[in-house]
Amino acid sequence: MKAKIVITPKKAVVDPQGKTVQGALAQMGYTGVTGVHIGKYIEIDLAPGTDKAAAQKALNDAAHRFLSNPVIEDYKLEISE
Amino acid sequence: MFSLRPGDSVAKLKMNFSVLQFPASNCDQDAVHALRDVFGHTARYVWHKENSLGDTDAVIVPGGFSYGDYLRCGAIARFSPVMQAVKQFAENGGLVLGICNGFQVLTEAGLLPGALVRNRDLQFHCEHIFLKTATPDSPFTSKTPAGKILRVPIAHGEGCYFADEETLAKLKANNQILWQYCDAAGNLTDTANPNGALQNIAGICNEKRNVAGLMPHPERASEPLLGSDDGKWIFESIFAALKNKTVAHAA
Repeated sequence: MKAKIVITPKKAVVDPQGKTVQGALAQMGYTGVTGVHIGKYIEIDLAPGTDKAAAQKALNDAAHRFLSNPVIEDYKLEISE
Repeated sequence: MFSLRPGDSVAKLKMNFSVLQFPASNCDQDAVHALRDVFGHTARYVWHKENSLGDTDAVIVPGGFSYGDYLRCGAIARFSPVMQAVKQFAENGGLVLGICNGFQVLTEAGLLPGALVRNRDLQFHCEHIFLKTATPDSPFTSKTPAGKILRVPIAHGEGCYFADEETLAKLKANNQILWQYCDAAGNLTDTANPNGALQNIAGICNEKRNVAGLMPHPERASEPLLGSDDGKWIFESIFAALKNKTVAHAA
């Protein structure tokens, strides 16, 4: 069982990495790119047989308290078998 | 609390400072050196695993790269056992000063609002900057001479202060912005802002005004030998606040 968490910067936060990569893509000739946002991807391995609902609750808590900083980041949590 | 005996003048008060140590803190020795060797107070290292601060008058959360800045700067350190004691100490009105990574730890711990993100030019800035003291109304700024611009070094890659509109409005309304980046003449310009911090914010305090954090390093600007001793005003303000506490206590 795996939990996948994608963490992205909030829109209000200046994302200089994203802007830099956007500039580089343009320089490389890729057109039509109107924005780039750089975030984090975390994969958590869960013991087989873990209760999915309980894991969802626990990891949401962990994602909110620790894995992401709600002041500057949003997160999406997905648990797959 | 203090080492004060009958007949001692208040001026002789030696205060007890606790300087936290997390794995990869690296400005703890500078802080202890400033407090002990330059200012003559007692300073002790407190390892992050300790559950108690012991007999402490104020806490310094020092700079560094605690836990390698993994996940986010200060994100892991904030869960260290010692932070429970720091939270309690702060709740009881104790003075806490976070410097650089210490500021980051305090925002992650929720003891200060907002967050510190990557410098807008993506570069690590290791240079002297100028600070304007935004208000003398705090235990960290009360002794800074009015109008004096402080020349203090910074050394950070993630020092850009961010808070949402609502929080920024609150900070302004409550006079919680303590230090802002400025030019030599004291103007809050964009050029004088090394990292893109909103409103040139270099340091703030909490609502109760007993917890503060700043990105610059006053502990490395407390003796002329290091190029500037302007940082001493921040420490002198803390010493004065602690003295007033004792005097009030003893009265």
